[in-house]
Amino acid sequence: MAVPQGTKESFQALARSQLPRLLALARRLTRDDAEDLVQEALLRGYRSYAGLKDAQAGGPWLRAILVNTHRDRMRKRARSAEEIPVADCEEFSLYRTIAEEDPFPYSDTVHLDFLHTFAKEDVRHVLLRLPEIYRVPLVLCHMEGFATKEIARLCGVPLGTVLARLHRGRKAFEREMWAYAEETGMLKRGGRDER
Amino acid sequence: MNDKHSPLMPCSEAIQQLWDYLEGSGRRVDRERVDEHLAFCRRCCGELEFIGHLRDLLASQTIDDSRPQAVQRLERFLEEL
Repeated sequence: MAVPQGTKESFQALARSQLPRLLALARRLTRDDAEDLVQEALLRGYRSYAGLKDAQAGGPWLRAILVNTHRDRMRKRARSAEEIPVADCEEFSLYRTIAEEDPFPYSDTVHLDFLHTFAKEDVRHVLLRLPEIYRVPLVLCHMEGFATKEIARLCGVPLGTVLARLHRGRKAFEREMWAYAEETGMLKRGGRDER
Repeated sequence: MNDKHSPLMPCSEAIQQLWDYLEGSGRRVDRERVDEHLAFCRRCCGELEFIGHLRDLLASQTIDDSRPQAVQRLERFLEEL
């Protein structure tokens, strides 16, 4: 039997269906308190559920609430450390670094092999190395499929700022992928030790 | 290939623009000059293709179902609303 819209039961059904995705998003936005963040977002969502006009848009609506909740938390904490810019990485190229360092000398597809060494949890750890201001737009754009204008609205910054942060965040992500692979010994496991 | 005196865009400048070029976001991208550069630089063509794979890697991360206990706790929280 269909659950009537606008009821507590329909909110619970919507939220339940979105839990894995909300949790996945939260775990990429924040290091330690993802579950707590989802819980707060669910509460906010429940309180404003009457304002949701299109039931089909429930998933993106809940994800937007989660991002807003996260943004508000960051503002409260006033984490000035997050404002520290990443070291200059404009000219860093992961592609060229892999080619020069040649971590898999017996491979004809060294670049793809490098990417294939990254499990989902590794990608998450790389993302969490990035400052908040770069990580959030990157996650929303490339993993959640939000348009840049929507990201600007959610983050409360001008579109140009989002584009600049995406630009810098992508290059920083490249650099951190390489640093993470080196620091965790992934490259050794991938073949360098087998020389 | 990467002659500073050439009017063509150097690799160091091209690699700064390849992500935005691929995304079509337009920020600081001189598409005409990047196109011109790619027409003669195989290495940057390879880099562009690699960035496409990198983008696919990010896009493939959407669902994470590796935390069933956390999901169960949140389901209980929902029940108690």
